[in-house]
Amino acid sequence: MTTRHLRRGVLLTVVSAMSAMGLAACGSDEPADDTSSGDGASEAEAQCQEQVDAAASAPDTGADDFIFAASADPYTLNPFHASDGETFRVMRQMFEGLVGTEPCTPDPAPLLATDWEAAPDGMSYTFTLQEGVQFHDGTPFNAQAVCDNFEYWNNQPKGPAQTEDNSYYWISLFRGFADTDPPSIYDSCATSGDTEVTINLSEPFAGFVAAMSLPSFSMQSPTALEKYNQVAAGENPTSTEYALKHPTGTGPYMFEAWDRGEQVTLTANPDYWDADAAAKTPNLTITTIEDTGARRDALINGDIDGFDLVAPGDIAPLEQEGLQIVQRPAFNILYLGMNQAQPPLDNPDVREAIALAIDKQAVVDQTLPPGSEVAIEFIPPSVNGYTEDVTEYPYDPEAAKALLAEAGEENLTVDFNYPTDVSRPYMPSPEDTFNIIRTQLEEVGITVNPVADVWSPDYLDKMQGTANHGIHLLGWTGDYNDTDNFLGVFFGRKSMEWGFENPELFSALSDARQIPTVEEQVPAYEEINKMVMEYLPGVPIAHPVPSLAFATNVEGYIPSPVQDEPWNTVVVTE
Amino acid sequence: MMLRFALRRLASLVPTLFGLSILLFAWLRLLPGDPARSLLGQRATPESIERVNESYGFNDPLLQQYLKYIWALLQGDLGTSISLKEPVLTAFWDKLPATIELTVVALIFAVVIGIPLGYYAGRHQGGWTDTAVVSTSLLGVVVPVFFLAIILKYIFAIQLGLFETANRQSSRIDAEHPTNFYVLDGIITGNLGASWDALLHLVLPGIALGTIPFAIIVRITRASVSEVVHEDFVRTAESKGLAASTINRRHVLRNALLPVVTTIGLQLGLLLSGAVLTETVFSLGGIGQYLFDAITVRDYPVLQGFILFIALMYALINLVVDLSYGLIDPRVRVS
Repeated sequence: MTTRHLRRGVLLTVVSAMSAMGLAACGSDEPADDTSSGDGASEAEAQCQEQVDAAASAPDTGADDFIFAASADPYTLNPFHASDGETFRVMRQMFEGLVGTEPCTPDPAPLLATDWEAAPDGMSYTFTLQEGVQFHDGTPFNAQAVCDNFEYWNNQPKGPAQTEDNSYYWISLFRGFADTDPPSIYDSCATSGDTEVTINLSEPFAGFVAAMSLPSFSMQSPTALEKYNQVAAGENPTSTEYALKHPTGTGPYMFEAWDRGEQVTLTANPDYWDADAAAKTPNLTITTIEDTGARRDALINGDIDGFDLVAPGDIAPLEQEGLQIVQRPAFNILYLGMNQAQPPLDNPDVREAIALAIDKQAVVDQTLPPGSEVAIEFIPPSVNGYTEDVTEYPYDPEAAKALLAEAGEENLTVDFNYPTDVSRPYMPSPEDTFNIIRTQLEEVGITVNPVADVWSPDYLDKMQGTANHGIHLLGWTGDYNDTDNFLGVFFGRKSMEWGFENPELFSALSDARQIPTVEEQVPAYEEINKMVMEYLPGVPIAHPVPSLAFATNVEGYIPSPVQDEPWNTVVVTE
Repeated sequence: MMLRFALRRLASLVPTLFGLSILLFAWLRLLPGDPARSLLGQRATPESIERVNESYGFNDPLLQQYLKYIWALLQGDLGTSISLKEPVLTAFWDKLPATIELTVVALIFAVVIGIPLGYYAGRHQGGWTDTAVVSTSLLGVVVPVFFLAIILKYIFAIQLGLFETANRQSSRIDAEHPTNFYVLDGIITGNLGASWDALLHLVLPGIALGTIPFAIIVRITRASVSEVVHEDFVRTAESKGLAASTINRRHVLRNALLPVVTTIGLQLGLLLSGAVLTETVFSLGGIGQYLFDAITVRDYPVLQGFILFIALMYALINLVVDLSYGLIDPRVRVS
């Protein structure tokens, strides 16, 4: 690891020095070597490392403004109440959590905490804090501020503040609040001086440290929250004065204005705690352009300096215009689900035949952005518990036909559901993906009955809320490095989407979730991955690479698989 | 007389809007898909959907929900957006200026070019210029707006770089927005550069949106003019030896304009509510785009509030059009 001039420049230097001395595993939560990302680095990961190196040699100053087009307005400016990528993008400029991520990986790295230690029983975590940090309003960041934040999260008032649209990550990870029945698994917070803080839990939670890298758990100024963020029971927490006008964190950028539906403007934090990683561009503008084509045109026209969610079809034209395409290492999965409530998809031979009939490489080559990789299981390689030792189903149309014949399903007809008018990072062009898979299935004699629906809410409704679907395209982007955030979401219990009952798999996942440390979880999840690919509830297709596009004079943008992308390193050269 | 007419018309709006509110309320809830699932997206679980439904009152009986809604509405409260959590009324006033600006530019384009062309064609019916005008206007009707928008954008913004591709103003411009009418704001704050920039953003969407009203105005004007020129009073004027320009201005145009004004009024209403595609292609962020987003996430309060408001505006515009007849044609005033 080389020293990088990142937001966490100084910290990383410390960590790399420690890792050279074999001390990197300071917290018992650091992933074991054999599972950390980097082995067999993908093309996108290699490109990401190049971006990191290029950022280190980028000039220190450039134009005054960096203008980036987002696909949607932020939901709120209070990071705790957000769970979507567009809000997180803005939050990551202004806020920081205890934990960040290693560049180009989803793995936890020091940020506002320089070090952490998990208790052996996994019931408490002690963080050592970075010194000399203050919030944008001058409030010091210290152990008490950490406790204040945890108490604020755990004591959300009854009503909309306690529903998943406003407090998704807290509810799904801490499973309640102080006054709910059962209460959350956060128990208490204890300070020891200004720089040491211990969080006590009532149940082990192995993903705790990794979860702290989510923007929802950013440290917010207790003073500003107290002053501008009073929410009564039944009130909406996202429209407080704080959430609209006074977001106050410790990050490299400070809030300036939010012109709702139009743009958010931020200015560099002149007192940023890590002087080596202070923002290089004085002003940021994140403008909202919903339409993908309009974002592309705006970049070509020079109205903006960069945008996210580049459509695969736009990559070549943008490159022809001389613009830069930056790929994010994939942290997602695109799969073909099979609903076992619709016979004969409950027949393992039929599922295997479908899997054998699909030429994943062709799907990747023909419908996904360059750099995307074929998937062999339901988690990407950088997630803990990934193993290559799973049953694979290599493309073999003859074997597929034979299996169908054996199962007495030579004349198989299946409903094939796919969404229209949508482009998700894990599913950039569903219509194209559908078409090629359909052709492949027809080649082995399966009659495909296409069923198309508009993505939101019709398609999602049908897949997740009804049994009225057959094989279907869907996928998932991970929020942070937690295996349960993939496998648990898909197969943690009986669901309408998959329509199967598999108590063995359900309990294996629930047991794995309870294991106190990541190291112990890894073998359990490896076993579960094997179990899943043996059972074959669906066909993992690929890990599509999401792309960003930039003007030629933008330097220093470092992509992150979990979109942990603070723009302090970005320079627009003149 | 005029005042009583206006008041009567306004009063008749009340039952219309009330009926519309019931229809809207029922119709929206008949749509498949529910707001809780849209809010939670792919992460929805049966439990989280239940919690959201409970917390926002979606589980209450429909009648109770409606009464609650209408009670709030009578107090001027249109509710809060489910997806964005902002008050619907605030959002409406926030988005309306963008749509009005776009509508005005589209109408100016349609009227300033449409009426003279239609008039010319009407006066020279059957000639090759007439044929050319009629075919051009036909083209305006048959080419889909979004297609035209994309083509205009590609040629004039991307290839030639004359106009802007998206948004209401360049992010590179430092502008203040006291009224949210960007062109006006620039003038008020003495920042003419900002006004000019906002105008450049409006030209292409204005033309794209204006083509259909343009085509309709051309045809109505043409038809109306060709009818009026054969009227007795025109012949009388001609036989009196009045100058051609006087006849045209005072007799032909004035009489021919009546149906044109009605058309403009109707088009204005349509434009205000129907700019969804144009606003989306050019990312203008007006009420059309907001409505479109609201439909995809089943944001009932936004849909109800916006549609009611649009209906109200539509009715008011029609009233103004009716009243304006009197100014153009005194006979209407008397009757």
